Amino acid sequence: MADVTMRVWRGDSAGGDFADYTMPAVEGEVVLDVLHRIQAGPAPDLACRWNCKAGKCGSCSAEINGMPRLMCMTRMDELPTEEPVVVAPMKTFPIVRDLVTDVSFNYVMARQLPPLKPKAPEADGTYRMQQVDVERGQEFRKCIECFLCQDVCHVIRDHEENKPNYAGPRLFIRYMELESHPLDTNDRRELLRQRMGIGLCNITKCCTEVCPEHIKITDNAIIPLKERVVDGSYDPIAWLGRKIMRRTKRSAAEVAQDAPAFTAPTSEDRLERQTVPVAVGAAVGAGNPAAASAGPGAGPSEPAGGTGPTAAGDPFGTDAGA
Amino acid sequence: MACCRVDRTGRHPGGPGGSEPEKEDKSGVSTIDDVKPIPVTIGGVRGGPAVRTLRRDPWWKSPAFTFVVLTLFVAYTVWAVFQNADYFVGLSQHRDLISPLYSPCIVGSCVPGSHGSFLVLHWWMLTPALIGLSGPGLFRSTCYYYRKAYYRSFWQSPPGCAVADGHKRYTGESRFPLILQNIHRYAWYVAIAWNVILTIDAIMAYRLPGDGGIGVSVGSLVLTANAAALWMYSLSCHACRHVTGGHVNEFSKAPIRHRLWKVVSKLNAIHMQFAWISLFVVVIADAYVRMVAAGWFTDPKLF
Ligand code: SF4
Ligand code: SF4
Ligand code: FES
Ligand code: FES
Repeated sequence: MADVTMRVWRGDSAGGDFADYTMPAVEGEVVLDVLHRIQAGPAPDLACRWNCKAGKCGSCSAEINGMPRLMCMTRMDELPTEEPVVVAPMKTFPIVRDLVTDVSFNYVMARQLPPLKPKAPEADGTYRMQQVDVERGQEFRKCIECFLCQDVCHVIRDHEENKPNYAGPRLFIRYMELESHPLDTNDRRELLRQRMGIGLCNITKCCTEVCPEHIKITDNAIIPLKERVVDGSYDPIAWLGRKIMRRTKRSAAEVAQDAPAFTAPTSEDRLERQTVPVAVGAAVGAGNPAAASAGPGAGPSEPAGGTGPTAAGDPFGTDAGA
Repeated sequence: MACCRVDRTGRHPGGPGGSEPEKEDKSGVSTIDDVKPIPVTIGGVRGGPAVRTLRRDPWWKSPAFTFVVLTLFVAYTVWAVFQNADYFVGLSQHRDLISPLYSPCIVGSCVPGSHGSFLVLHWWMLTPALIGLSGPGLFRSTCYYYRKAYYRSFWQSPPGCAVADGHKRYTGESRFPLILQNIHRYAWYVAIAWNVILTIDAIMAYRLPGDGGIGVSVGSLVLTANAAALWMYSLSCHACRHVTGGHVNEFSKAPIRHRLWKVVSKLNAIHMQFAWISLFVVVIADAYVRMVAAGWFTDPKLF
């Protein structure tokens, strides 16, 4: 078979450029396969994220010939090979190196999402839900958090300044899942309207176009959320109904108090939490200078927490290392 | 990444759900309350070249097509609105056909026969199409599908997926005037009223006064197709989907609304197609009535 040329972005925050790699074509390959052969051959230092190679982990997002796609689900034989296949990192997020980007923006927005606030359980202390009540949200559970939708969304792709006030399509589906949850009592509409940018989305549907899980993000989450926000804020009849029924609306600030940023630790918090006990443990078990010096250091020094001496002197060391 | 979610046990220390809270509780570990929200860092260095897009496929085709078709539609409609003539085929041709752009004809400038026995706005002497178009115009211009279409093709925001937005500043639909798109639900109520009127027009078109009383002509079929297309368009609307059942959280407690919602959801999936079909059918219906009224040919009676 003929050769394929891959034009891959190489660089980091100091700058970069495309580099061409010509590889023999192999039948049945996906873009990620070719990148792996490049790593095994001409460019062992090429950085890219991947895990499952089955379109299920959401790690291998990149822009292939300009379109945000999963590298492991893009077959080489569906791409034109007369010209080089261009592989660039996701544009919306800061670059780490080569094809790896820092997607922590999405986690920051996720932490501000008020979680499920279930109503009181039934008399026997349990909850019951019918299938019809939950099936709408099940579509959104298919999300693999590849963040291709966040990447393609022009609200933040082309307007960086919107990021602090924009949850983005991936989180809008989560908002919709919770807002339409049969047990939920939280009201996130004001938060969506004032702080999470539901009004910034102009329903141009690029998120739906790129979603590898084929979630109908715009039709089934964003537009229904916009309609719910209309109920809450722009609909005089609904407003009158609320006045008569004496239901009050919660302000965005009140709703934000429910956000997990205030209540629930996430992976980053775990990291903080893991570093703390090491220091505490060192202070308690004073005869362990090794642990004391390891304490303040983050990530790399962490295994120290799990090793013999600290674990023995401090039960939390075990916890942190586990 | 979905693979990397950290197990979150111990989030509610002492809470009913905590499986092994003891160990974490007494630990002196920084507690949940210590966790502060992380501010969003903006302005990081992005990878990739500073170009408008890396796409090489003809992404511009679809917005260009939309641009041309919508421009032609608007041009035709404006022209037809200010004709202020040839919108009604009446007794002289043994028909009762009115252009959908001019219905309901309730103003002083309406030609005799095109309206009922009373005129609501008898002082209105401008073209009746301004009234006839007000409701449907509001409905179509705030439609979620058309919004997508014209934001992409006219406003270039964005022109295509992963193609840079043509504007420096962007506030979406969060500010005046675009925040007014939120009235779409009301435009939908209005459009339903219009549909009823246009359905009556279509039924009246089967009266062939002076030509055998009741029968079927090409004109009556055209107006029927028009009414049907408009019903499909407005029943597949996203606002309709919300008001019929989308607002319900517990479908098991609202079986009728659930069934309605399921039907509307099916239609809603092809709302775009209905939007285009009904657009073309309205133009065809207006053009047909216009040609018959202008005397280019007579409306053939089928049976
Ligand atoms: S539909 Fe909205 S959220 Fe989705 S890409 Fe477009 S602007 Fe972004
Ligand atoms: S919604 Fe789709 S595109 Fe967005 S993160 Fe989830 S799987 Fe990826
Ligand atoms: S490697 Fe898991 S989605 Fe591509
Ligand atoms: S008419 Fe298109 S969404 Fe309502």
